[in-house]
Amino acid sequence: MIASLTSAGQTTTGEAILFWILAIVMVLAAFGLLFARKAVHAALSLVVVMIGLAFMYVAQDAPFLGVVQVVVYTGAIMMLFLFVLMLVGVDASDSLTETLRGQRWIAVVGGLGLLVVLVGVVGRAHYGAATGLTDANADSNPVALARVVFGDYPFALEVVGALLITAAVGAITLTHRRRLSPRVTQRDRSEARVLDGTIAGKPVPGVYARHNAMDVPALGPDGQPIDASVSRVLRVRGQEADAEEYAARIDRVLAGDWANAPATGVEAAALPGASSIEESGQTAEIADEGAVAAAKEQS
Amino acid sequence: MTLTHYVVLAAILFSIGATTVLVRRNAIIVFMGVELMLNATNLALVTFSRMHGNLTGQVLAFFVMTVAAAEVVIGLAIIISIFRTRRSASVDDVNLLKG
Repeated sequence: MIASLTSAGQTTTGEAILFWILAIVMVLAAFGLLFARKAVHAALSLVVVMIGLAFMYVAQDAPFLGVVQVVVYTGAIMMLFLFVLMLVGVDASDSLTETLRGQRWIAVVGGLGLLVVLVGVVGRAHYGAATGLTDANADSNPVALARVVFGDYPFALEVVGALLITAAVGAITLTHRRRLSPRVTQRDRSEARVLDGTIAGKPVPGVYARHNAMDVPALGPDGQPIDASVSRVLRVRGQEADAEEYAARIDRVLAGDWANAPATGVEAAALPGASSIEESGQTAEIADEGAVAAAKEQS
Repeated sequence: MTLTHYVVLAAILFSIGATTVLVRRNAIIVFMGVELMLNATNLALVTFSRMHGNLTGQVLAFFVMTVAAAEVVIGLAIIISIFRTRRSASVDDVNLLKG
């Protein structure tokens, strides 16, 4: 294996370049953890930091730990974080109200103080010339690590195994939920629908002459929007289209106006052929409004 | 460049993680701050291992990773069960013991 350290304990130029690029990227991503408004963005920036750390481990003669970092941290732990973020909900953004006054600034000052103390101590300490791992890694890094783990620390390894089993059982116990009501089967649902009178199924969103999108509520036979037709997730996120606006458009079309324009007297008078729309419904531009009007009259 | 740079970077990442734990309110992001602190200590351990030519530091980092995995599993399970009962993932809302 090529020695990655010079005799004076200095790193090679290539490693220095790698370090500076990775260090800047990692510190910026770590600040993303501090400033990101959404929890998912914070999780993704933490993934960037962890992958950068994996690069650094490999560069520091620890390829086994580099692979474990990618597999365990970015592969398992961060995916677990993302799963929990999805479980906890789409609106898991941070609240900005302070329950303790000035807590945010005190925390920032405390963090800066910790930074100054740590960097001051660690940066000024005298370590002596670095040895490097060339001798220790003579039979490849995983083999040498296995000798230390199974030779010097077998008891710690067993304790860690017991800890992992306990953690798995504990997670199952904590997230287990006993079913309080009987399970609703597909048969129950269909029988309830028959008794309810809505055999045809619940209304789906966007069944509407002008708009066919998920966020547009369906219109009932009376021309009123059906709120239940839009997905609950969209409503929680506040991404549902304004139902009142679409209902008002119908009323405007029925009154002989353009769908989008506010129905003021001046503009209604200025519309070309506004009165002929109701009669013919042939104009290409407003054919869909005409269809809506026809559908409403049929109902 | 000496190996001190790696240790200083670990110190910076540790401070950012600690500040995240203190500043953020979302329990999941607070937890990510803890993870960042653990990762920073791992970087310091690997660097010290290389400084001294001794693999025990890497083994210790390996054990830290294992314990961190167990800790994340339990912590996220606790967050989920709190979210089920209180419908909130904010650390400010867990105040049942407040007089």
